[in-house]
Amino acid sequence: MELSLLTALNNESACRRAAIVATDLGDGSQRLVRESDDYSDDPLAEEFSRRFRSGKSGAVTSGENEVFLTVSVPAPRLVIIGAVHISQALVPMAEIAGLDVTVIDPRTAFATKDRFPGGTLKAGWPEDVLANMPFDAYTAVAAVTHDPKIDDYPLMEALKTGCFYVGALGSRKTHGKRLERFHAAGVNEDMCQRIDAPIGLDIGAASPEEIAVAVLGSVIQALRKGPETAA
Amino acid sequence: MTDVDTGVPDVLKTAESWRGSGRSVALATVIETWGSAPRPTGSHLVIDSDGNFEGSVSGGCVEGAVVSEAVDVIESGKPTTLEFGVADETAWQVGLSCGGRIRVYVEPVA
Repeated sequence: MELSLLTALNNESACRRAAIVATDLGDGSQRLVRESDDYSDDPLAEEFSRRFRSGKSGAVTSGENEVFLTVSVPAPRLVIIGAVHISQALVPMAEIAGLDVTVIDPRTAFATKDRFPGGTLKAGWPEDVLANMPFDAYTAVAAVTHDPKIDDYPLMEALKTGCFYVGALGSRKTHGKRLERFHAAGVNEDMCQRIDAPIGLDIGAASPEEIAVAVLGSVIQALRKGPETAA
Repeated sequence: MTDVDTGVPDVLKTAESWRGSGRSVALATVIETWGSAPRPTGSHLVIDSDGNFEGSVSGGCVEGAVVSEAVDVIESGKPTTLEFGVADETAWQVGLSCGGRIRVYVEPVA
């Protein structure tokens, strides 16, 4: 591998951007494909988009050649808005499932290290926290405070960014009011449809812990089967 | 979290930094596995011309053979593909005790 190619790949990784190095195993030639590149005319286009989603490296055949795809995608991340009871159960479960977890809540009575020994805890307003730690396509966002002052901004940001999962706690009535606010703020209907609400898989979850299971199920579904399957 | 199946392993960062500091480096990558191979496809091992290495392509069963082949790859500058299996006495004197088989691509970092 050319050092310049390796450096470019590592740079994409450091910036939480997906990339693939395609190596022709016959002649050793290599190229870097960024997810942001227009690769639609590439003979391997379908394979690229499938692998950007799965994150799995592997060998494929292209014509008569065998090509190995080294796939680099950012670690999936879950950002939970609200340091509430559901979150206390969701953080350890999501970490066991392999997600990097961050909890954001400006209410310092909720956002305490005692209540959240695991994960990354940010006791601040989402507006301020996200300025330094923006969402990306490999981020799932679950807003569970019930408070529009806290939830609305990160939810809208998640939709604009194209986060792979966007979920919001609240009854259908609460969500209806939320959608009215989002429409008024200029968020289009397609984006609004992407919100998973009521949040989580429909498994009849009753307790905060069970709701956490339902939310994690939805996040994994969006990660593995595509964002469109979750809302 | 580990980045076995999700991201660029730190091994690639190590490869970049070793090469950047002037060392001669080869990169080995598991390109195919059959059966119960110990490390998944895409796992990397980085090797320098003195035989120092980091990462893994198996549970330690075949690293020695990969390292010695990698030193040759660094000298020749030509990539090669190696295959390891159980008691594979024809090509290699090493094998995988787990019963799996793996194919490893070894290339110079130039």
